[in-house]
Amino acid sequence: MIQVAQLFKQFDKTEVLKDIHMTFEDGKTYAIIGSSGSGKSTFLRCLNGLENPTSGSIIIDGVDIVKNEKELPKLRQHIGMVFQSFNLFEHKNATDNVTFALMKVKKISEDEARKIALAKLKEVGCDHRATHFPHQLSGGEKQRVAIARALAMEPSVMLFDEPTSALDPEMTVEVLKVMKQLTHTGMTIIVVTHEMNFAKEVSDTVIYMDKGEIVEIGSPKEFFEETKTARARQFLANML
Amino acid sequence: MNIDFTSTIPYIPYILQGIIITIQIAIVGAFFGSLIGFLFSLVSHRKNFLGATVRGFIDFFRGTPLIFQLSFFHYGLPQIFPGFLPTAFQTAMIIFSLNSSAYLAEILRAGIEAIDKGQIEAAKALGVSKFYTTIHIIIPQALRNVLPAIVNEFITLTKETSVASAIGVQEILRRQAIVTGTTYRPFEPLLLVGVTYYVLIKILSIFGKMVEKRLKYDSSSATI
Ligand SMILES: Nc1ncnc2c1ncn2[C@@H]1O[C@H](COP(=O)(O)OP(=O)(O)O)[C@@H](O)[C@H]1O
Ligand SMILES: [Mg+2]
Repeated sequence: MIQVAQLFKQFDKTEVLKDIHMTFEDGKTYAIIGSSGSGKSTFLRCLNGLENPTSGSIIIDGVDIVKNEKELPKLRQHIGMVFQSFNLFEHKNATDNVTFALMKVKKISEDEARKIALAKLKEVGCDHRATHFPHQLSGGEKQRVAIARALAMEPSVMLFDEPTSALDPEMTVEVLKVMKQLTHTGMTIIVVTHEMNFAKEVSDTVIYMDKGEIVEIGSPKEFFEETKTARARQFLANML
Repeated sequence: MNIDFTSTIPYIPYILQGIIITIQIAIVGAFFGSLIGFLFSLVSHRKNFLGATVRGFIDFFRGTPLIFQLSFFHYGLPQIFPGFLPTAFQTAMIIFSLNSSAYLAEILRAGIEAIDKGQIEAAKALGVSKFYTTIHIIIPQALRNVLPAIVNEFITLTKETSVASAIGVQEILRRQAIVTGTTYRPFEPLLLVGVTYYVLIKILSIFGKMVEKRLKYDSSSATI
């Protein structure tokens, strides 16, 4: 469980997150939506300590990561993250991208790490690209390898920051399919997305953010069909 | 045409032995220059005392002529520190190491800055330590990015070893001058020296191209 309370984040003078409260239950899928610049990425990046909150608490399995920065490296092993721009290691092929953290962080032997990597690449449908380098992969393949890399660490939480925003529609479908499979594995999944259909069909809870605040939280049905706030209604109207 | 090697021929071995000195200075300079330059590249951006000191050092070596640095170390410093009497050869090895470390630090720093920060974040998000990220993600890519510039720096270094002749190091150019002093024929030994430098630099650049090729990433090549 991840409990976020009174979370504030400032960059220089600008307040990017304002008094965020949110509880993420284990095994559930969350979609964070909102217009660009509303603080979605910043919020997500606070959850694994890539951003340092200005104040507040983020309690993950009993540990407040805002106060215990030393716990972060250990904690990050249990929180996978997938980025909009893939961020694959350019000088390593797909397999080595996956084995790297297994060997250097989990200290798993190379043989064992390779086996895990192949299995994970197969899970995301990229085992035929095992020895390809990032520059030899399509965008969709890159993102699926990035997902395999995160999954190989066997995280209990997966964070996705607009994983399909850099992809064309066909590749988006491939990646969303892989992500959808993950929702049945017991992992907590938190996705920042502009794919309204994904939010509607796959998530358990939709979080709508605007100007650094969580404006509305609800089940997809509540959110899309019985939208409570004017701001969310405006946002949805603009999305269509 | 007034070309006649007869009087120069007996001195050819003497001149060519200067290559060993040239190569020694170049190798020592390249080795320690790389080592020191590498360490400097990791701290030169820091906004603390160490970073400022390193930046000052780099600035000094890039901002003054090599011949001044050699003279200053060889003739200038002994006046202030009476016990300090480096030989010309020692001076050359030290100054070439420090001088190339300044240039290599700048080259490597540029290579590091050019790496897309996303990969570093990805490593962080996977729980990889800063140390492993530096060693396995940042350095290999920075090196590949700047390999041509590094080879170029080694070539410049090799050529510039000739400046050491000015403080009396018995490298190849100096030996040419000594031979000319007795034969009064500058053309023949100079020709020999020119060809020797040319061959040396050619070998270096071919070697550089080979390394560059090997480091290209594709599915058939070995990985780091
Ligand atoms: N590193 C940063 N430094 C300064 N401002 C930032 C930084 N990261 C984000 N911001 C600002 O914070 C706001 C929210 O950004 P972000 O969380 O990326 O929004 P979103 O992901 O919803 O588009 C934006 O106004 C952005 O300019
Ligand atoms: Mg964003």
